[in-house]
Amino acid sequence: MNPEPSAVDTIVDAVSAVFMVVGALMSLGAAIGLLRFPDLMSRMHAATKPQVLGLFLLLASVGLQLRTWWVWPVLFVAWIFQVLTVPVSAHMVGRAGYRTKHLHKELLTTDELEAVVLKAADKKAAAKRAADEDDGPA
Amino acid sequence: MMEIVLTITAVILSLAAAGAIVRIAIGPSLLDRVLASDVLLAIIGAALCIDMAVNRHLNNLMLLVALSIIGFIGSVTVARFVADRREQPNES
Repeated sequence: MNPEPSAVDTIVDAVSAVFMVVGALMSLGAAIGLLRFPDLMSRMHAATKPQVLGLFLLLASVGLQLRTWWVWPVLFVAWIFQVLTVPVSAHMVGRAGYRTKHLHKELLTTDELEAVVLKAADKKAAAKRAADEDDGPA
Repeated sequence: MMEIVLTITAVILSLAAAGAIVRIAIGPSLLDRVLASDVLLAIIGAALCIDMAVNRHLNNLMLLVALSIIGFIGSVTVARFVADRREQPNES
């Protein structure tokens, strides 16, 4: 840090301040979405905001404030792992939510999973019937 | 200027955390609660980031990387073992 701030310093400070406020607003948006959306799927849509764009903006503001180059790879690693792991948890929560019927069917425009789930249920029922017949007459 | 930004973001993040905690308390199903606790974890990560940026230190950086690597395990585990115990579907 220089003792007297230059014009570049002021600009970088302003940009990082804007990034921080917008990143915090992403968290607020996620919370409002969690409170106001009607079912699990739409809440899940809102919940990923602070984790991807919000974290990106805040990490960028950390990098801008510290004014050293070597922190950027570490911040990049933190963000990359967030981007890699958020879809995994969202996929698992969405799958479990579909299977346990935590959704409003009337709010969906298409449901591409329904045919697959019905087919798997048919196969399971057929296997169960075959097993019962094996047990029964013998 | 950083003090003003710190105050604004502290108010915003407190409101967001309160919203997530309300959803954890009322949220009708287990998966809603897991999702809200995931959001609460992200809000705590955001607070750690803002602390680092305003005070210009890097003490929380490794904590943040570790959070982003292993933070998803909890919700994946709960989603793997969740079961439907409701009488009526679609009550949420």
